[in-house]
Amino acid sequence: MAIESARHPTRDERVAYVGLLARLFQRPEIGSLVGVVAVFVLFTSTATGFAELDGFARWTDEASNIGIMAVPVALLMIGGEFDLSAGVMTGSAGLLLGYLVTHPDWNIWPAILVVLLFGMLVGLINGVLVMKTRLPSFIVTLGTFFSLEGLNLGLTSHVTGTVYISDVDAAHGYGLARTILGSSFWSPYDFQTRVIWWVGITLVATWVLMRTRFGNWIFAVGGDATAARNVGVPVLRTKIALFMTTSTMAALLGIMITMQLRSIQAGQGIGREFEFIIAAVVGGCLLTGGYGSAIGTSIGALIMGMATIGIPFSGWNSNYRSLFLGIILLLAVLLNAAIRQQAVRSRR
Amino acid sequence: MSERDELKILEEAEGLSRRDLIVKGGIVTAGASLLGSPAVAAAAVKRSARADKKLSYAVITHGAGDVFWAVVKKGVAKAASDLGVSTTYSESFNKPDKQAQLIDTAVARKPNGIAVSAPNASAIKDSLRRAEKAGIIVITLNSGVDQFKQLGALTHVGQTENIAGAGAGQRLAATGAKHLLVIFHEAANIGLEQRFAGAKSTFKGKVSRILVKGVTDVATSTNEIRTKLQADKSIDAILALNPQMGIAARDAAKGVKSKAKIGTFDLSSDVIKAIQRGQVLFAVDQQQYEQGYLPIVFMYLYNTNLNTVGGGKPVLTGPGFVDKSNAAKVSALAKKGTR
Repeated sequence: MAIESARHPTRDERVAYVGLLARLFQRPEIGSLVGVVAVFVLFTSTATGFAELDGFARWTDEASNIGIMAVPVALLMIGGEFDLSAGVMTGSAGLLLGYLVTHPDWNIWPAILVVLLFGMLVGLINGVLVMKTRLPSFIVTLGTFFSLEGLNLGLTSHVTGTVYISDVDAAHGYGLARTILGSSFWSPYDFQTRVIWWVGITLVATWVLMRTRFGNWIFAVGGDATAARNVGVPVLRTKIALFMTTSTMAALLGIMITMQLRSIQAGQGIGREFEFIIAAVVGGCLLTGGYGSAIGTSIGALIMGMATIGIPFSGWNSNYRSLFLGIILLLAVLLNAAIRQQAVRSRR
Repeated sequence: MSERDELKILEEAEGLSRRDLIVKGGIVTAGASLLGSPAVAAAAVKRSARADKKLSYAVITHGAGDVFWAVVKKGVAKAASDLGVSTTYSESFNKPDKQAQLIDTAVARKPNGIAVSAPNASAIKDSLRRAEKAGIIVITLNSGVDQFKQLGALTHVGQTENIAGAGAGQRLAATGAKHLLVIFHEAANIGLEQRFAGAKSTFKGKVSRILVKGVTDVATSTNEIRTKLQADKSIDAILALNPQMGIAARDAAKGVKSKAKIGTFDLSSDVIKAIQRGQVLFAVDQQQYEQGYLPIVFMYLYNTNLNTVGGGKPVLTGPGFVDKSNAAKVSALAKKGTR
């Protein structure tokens, strides 16, 4: 029963009114949003060209490298698990693709399909191992990471006699595949098509998290798996699906990089896995799971891309690159935490 | 003969033959499986090896699984097969403490000699001293040309990075360039710093440097170089210190349509193709195949004939320059992974 009033005709007096600003500040993305604005202002003031299309093209390129994987990794983190093999998986996928099109001389499209299936398989293995052994996913996927790292190097050396696979552009069907997956557009700025994929993946992930039942399951399973199971959420299926999504996206990124570079190194992707997790945390995901956002994660990836590219743009000594990245990330995460505390306090 | 006797004899005969079969069969089966078993085979090999006293060498480098070190590894393997010795090869991925550990591990297996790269001599000094105390000879390769005597090595096989860098700087200066960008793909690598110093000494102009992500992420490295070229349009010469970074520099320069002249260190099939196409001006070739091959030969000569090489000085494998004039010939060899 609503009290009709001149000013708020449909407001229910039983429900407290939370102002628009307060509601905005409660969103997980708000911390990363403030962070990205701060980083953008910082580099625009210290570098010429950073805020121009030239600069946009460069830091969106780097951001998409991180963002395409950070979003599925964030979904997995919201679901309460980690995947440390995400970085090296891009290398494995790229190497498999490179091998299939150069040694048995496959057409690129069936090769891409096989590589994506390989990604799903690795994700399935990760998921099943984690769920059946009940070991922390950190440890299980660390094992997968080392296994893939060794396989990448060993098998590549064995097959090619060297540590990279090149001449991928000689494959049939390469041209169209490259246009869709690994080319650039809007010359002379050269935005990578990867950027469009990244934006698309972010939108799809956001829609899944916010508007579908599966998204609800992800939050539930990450918040409290036992309670979720008691309520009827298929915990096993959800978590395995998340692992499979992460590995398949990693395979897709590996394919894109191989398309762009026309070759692939055996060491590709190693070390990236922590950058994905950092982007997710900067974007508002809790390490304990159950809370986070895909858009926030992409903004986190954007922050990292800006920082990586802003440093050479500003002419800062690149030996200190890691120091700058560390400071910027610490500030972004602290800002995140502070704003979230403020939001929780200012609920009324 | 009574029936019972006949039966008894038959029984005995059957029993014996059955027992016989089981026992004899058992012995034959056991013997066959033992003979076929790998354990025995290995023991036989070990016995014959001990009889021949096959020389064994361990090679421990600071490599990171990249193209450059793959060629060194091939050189080591070829020397092993040519000389009939056994070798092992391990890499520390540019981590000095890991290299010290790997040296200690190799020494525990008592090889006749070890060959190490020494980008960080102080980190491996103790491990090498322990090796020498155990009677194991040491040769350094690739990096550490100024420290090989202190480390107790017989000689050093490599390229003096300063001279190589100076040669590269000279070639780029000859093109008339005024601003050189040097691309570092590894942090805290003394060899790279020496190349940079050498190039700086002969390039008559401004020299800048940039540290990029490296060979584990060529896409990002290309992006970073391109950003630098965009931010500073006065750069008209680029020197990469690694073949993959040379290709990254080429792609970055192509992206901004820069006319910068590109030189790189070390070869790969992509770099040779780029040289033939005129996209890269030259590659400084330190002929790392020899850095894998020669230490084994020198240690073999010392072990079998107490021969020394170098006369107290390093044995130089470079710099050789590969440019458009000789790229085609080198190309066929690079495809085999030996250049």
